[in-house]
Amino acid sequence: MSSSQPNIRAGADPTATSEPRDDTLDPGTRVGPIGQLRKDRPAPKSNLLTVVMLAITLGYFLFPLYWLVIASTKSNADLFSTFGLWFADFSLIENLRQVFTAQNGVFGRWALNSIFYSVVSAVGGTLLATAAGYAFAKYDFPGGKALFSVILGAIMVPTTALAIPTYLLFARAQLTDTYWAIILPSLVSPFGVYLMRVYAADAVDSSLIEAARVDGVGEIRIFFQVALRLLVPGSITVLLFTLVATWNNYFLPLIMLNTPEKFPLPVGLAQWQSTASAGSGAQAMFSTVITGSLVSIVPLILAFLFLQRYWQSGLSSGGVKA
Amino acid sequence: MATATTTADTETRSGGAPNRKKVTIAKKRQYVAAYILVMPFFVIFVAMIMVPLAYAGYLSLFREQLVGGVSFAGFDNYTRAFGDPAFISGVARMALFLVVQVPLMLVLSLFFALALDSGMVRLSKFVRLGIFIPYAVPAVVATLMWGYLYGPDFGPFAQLAELLGLPTPRFLAPDAVLFALINVVNWEFIGYNMIIIYAALRSIPTELYEAGRVDGASEPRIAWSIKIPAVRPALILTVIFSVIGSFQLFVEPNLLRTLAPNAISSSYTPNMYAYTLAFVNQEANYAAAIAFLLGLVIMAMSYMVQLWNQRKESRG
Repeated sequence: MSSSQPNIRAGADPTATSEPRDDTLDPGTRVGPIGQLRKDRPAPKSNLLTVVMLAITLGYFLFPLYWLVIASTKSNADLFSTFGLWFADFSLIENLRQVFTAQNGVFGRWALNSIFYSVVSAVGGTLLATAAGYAFAKYDFPGGKALFSVILGAIMVPTTALAIPTYLLFARAQLTDTYWAIILPSLVSPFGVYLMRVYAADAVDSSLIEAARVDGVGEIRIFFQVALRLLVPGSITVLLFTLVATWNNYFLPLIMLNTPEKFPLPVGLAQWQSTASAGSGAQAMFSTVITGSLVSIVPLILAFLFLQRYWQSGLSSGGVKA
Repeated sequence: MATATTTADTETRSGGAPNRKKVTIAKKRQYVAAYILVMPFFVIFVAMIMVPLAYAGYLSLFREQLVGGVSFAGFDNYTRAFGDPAFISGVARMALFLVVQVPLMLVLSLFFALALDSGMVRLSKFVRLGIFIPYAVPAVVATLMWGYLYGPDFGPFAQLAELLGLPTPRFLAPDAVLFALINVVNWEFIGYNMIIIYAALRSIPTELYEAGRVDGASEPRIAWSIKIPAVRPALILTVIFSVIGSFQLFVEPNLLRTLAPNAISSSYTPNMYAYTLAFVNQEANYAAAIAFLLGLVIMAMSYMVQLWNQRKESRG
């Protein structure tokens, strides 16, 4: 059971950054001579078949992104008149200008909204999940087990089944079409609590808590001054996934918001898309939708590239412990 | 005082009676701390999950009438749902989607994870990222891209077909659109599931199968007999998440609908149907019943997966 734990913690190990492939994910490579062998063994028999399969696989997964990059550099007319998988006249700059100036620059507003919704939800949700996960892991309190199983059960509750009743409730409280309508529901991450409980159980040594108690430190201060620091690597995983979930969310903002100035990027882009495909008069929108799509995926792809060791190790703990 | 706490603590464990009063005080302080730490999450959890759930259940028992406002309807909305061809066909369509898409996705995810873990793949770090990257793409953008790629206007497949003098492929025709959707969802999530399985594979102690290697067992044999059984918990997790995800399908069909209005109806998935009922037809009560039923179906399916897993585990 505890085998998952070194994964997350290895993610926090600064020495692991240089070679994340083996060090962060395989505790075996760092301890035993057998693991060492495994790491050092040269990649065997990379024959023609595996190379071909590899090319096909990568081709499939990167193909739409390749197309998106190419299409972003084309004018609307060239999209229709030139071959889709190769460049034509380079209009990326003009397209970008179009993206950020269309409808009085509403796209920039959507981008800021997306950043605001996802950062606030992710930071808030992560703090809540970290505190709760730590309490469930380190305190044996009356009702704790029951509460935790209720939260576990809620992982199964489909979020979209909740969205409509939440909308109706918010409509009564006059919270629809406000920033709260997006942030409040996004703060709750039952899976985050579960991950943090798993993580806190091993990352925070109980004797450390005992020692702080002996020194007369209050329980809440122990959490903030002793435990929180140790919980950071696990928290970053939860943060990243809440961030992605909110950044990518479409259904909730779609039903909650009416004012275009409050839309996040996915809702705004979807609206542009339906305008674009509705009439030939609005045809000029296609290149704008495509370039806007490219702009909207760049931040997350960069975040994933730079924070690799966190999401990879975090996912592992969820997978191994389930 | 704090020292007393710890001694008191040990004495409770050894069954010492004299310090009981101190024990309760120290313990109580910890209980209070635990509640304070759990409370913020729990308040929002109740407000954003339990209350809407209960509210959906409550709403579903009523009906609006054009004359006379809202009246109690008992289980009428549910009996209506079970006789509603739009709802039933949506659920059936999602069941078909689930049966085709989830196994295909998970087999591919498992295959890629095993291939990367076996060390037979060059540039494995790059390959792993390449397969995972679609997960960072919002579903809206993923669907927009694939929608354009499928499209007859400037989709590259249509352009290629025209160049070669072939008929334009119709990915969005009524009988093909389910597979077009399956492709989009697979593209989005194979990498995510692969990473979960891969991480689980990486945490298997090497000794477990190094012996097999020494004995000359082939890589596929090791994968089948040692690695796959060892990553069962991760596989179960991916199955459950996939079941939950499939039944909630909304974004992809809803966006492809603008390109293929004839192939995708407004009740194509149960979720789209609930959305249409609530926001187009203004039938909030019936929509709540549909949402509630959908939640029940998904939870029942997830529990079935877990039960099946537990039974297999106890047998194995």
